[in-house]
Amino acid sequence: MLTKKVKNRIIFLIATIFIFIISIFFVLKSLNESILYFHTPTEINQKKNLSFEKKMRVGGMVKKKSILSDSKGVQFIITDLRNEIIVTYSGTVPNLFAEGKGVIAEGKLKDKKFFIADKILAKHDENYMPPEMKTNLEN
Amino acid sequence: MFNFFSPTNIFLALSKVQKFINSIFFPILIVSLVFALILSPADHIQGDAMRIMYVHVPSAWLGLACFSAITVLSISAFIFKIKNFFYINKSLAPIGLFFTFLAIVTGSLWGEPTWGTWWVWDARLTSMMVLMFFYIIYILCFKLIKKEQLLLKISSLIAILGAINLPIIKYSVDWWTTLHQPASIKFGVSNSIHSSMMLPLLSMLLVLLLYGALIFLMKYKTEIIRIKKKNIKRL
Repeated sequence: MLTKKVKNRIIFLIATIFIFIISIFFVLKSLNESILYFHTPTEINQKKNLSFEKKMRVGGMVKKKSILSDSKGVQFIITDLRNEIIVTYSGTVPNLFAEGKGVIAEGKLKDKKFFIADKILAKHDENYMPPEMKTNLEN
Repeated sequence: MFNFFSPTNIFLALSKVQKFINSIFFPILIVSLVFALILSPADHIQGDAMRIMYVHVPSAWLGLACFSAITVLSISAFIFKIKNFFYINKSLAPIGLFFTFLAIVTGSLWGEPTWGTWWVWDARLTSMMVLMFFYIIYILCFKLIKKEQLLLKISSLIAILGAINLPIIKYSVDWWTTLHQPASIKFGVSNSIHSSMMLPLLSMLLVLLLYGALIFLMKYKTEIIRIKKKNIKRL
């Protein structure tokens, strides 16, 4: 039913799309490390050649009851429930920064367990609910 | 039967649709805004900032949907040489660009109070930016390339290339670690947006969809007038 011209165009299209997808796949694969916006404490723990000079980002949850704040700044612990990193930061934290919530710290590692941040971003989760629901859930 | 597809008949039919949408657009807009801004509750953490989501999420969806439509139409137009689809694409592209831009701007406005930053180069935000550039290139190629045969080929190529970006946008939050949160609404799974916020979200989606449809009809009608000027009898 399809004419030869139409068939040729379909084959040409499928071949092009296939080549595009393969090439993009390899590009993304080679970029994989730099596409990651932040590293978890476990990833940092397992990494062999850590650079302490380069800026990097650590992300995870703020450990419950770990926030200590004084006049100089705040100190808290980022955890991914397996490993932990202590973060110090001087400056104002975003509104959504709280215990048990997601957080991303940007700065430099001092050693595998200690991180000096110069920027804190709050990571929001995908849950949306009215305040009454939240109190209902807690009770 | 074929007479129906004459530019004049299609123009008249589209005018009727446009009138109908015009008549229902403002009532639906007002009802949705009342739901989104007044009747729906604020979020338990973000407070009133989450109301930006009622514009952000639908416009991001529509930005992606427009490009998907452009790709599907481009592919079938390329295979079966249906020129009409290119006129539809030409009218769709600016709308898609507008919604993508709106999603980026509202997202940025939301990011300031919640994340603590206007913009970061994480996978979701960057891939959305790439989509915006694809729209711009796509529109530019309709403006710059005058030879019709060449235009059809190059615009299809851009559409196909850009389409590969669509699954990357969708799954960027699952494949890589990003600042942007994962999708709240998934098919088949109980979603993580409370039902009192779902209703305004869906009605705002309807509003933006109708708005996009209105702009599309106006642009497409202009294209039909251009076709008629060239004295083509059938679309």
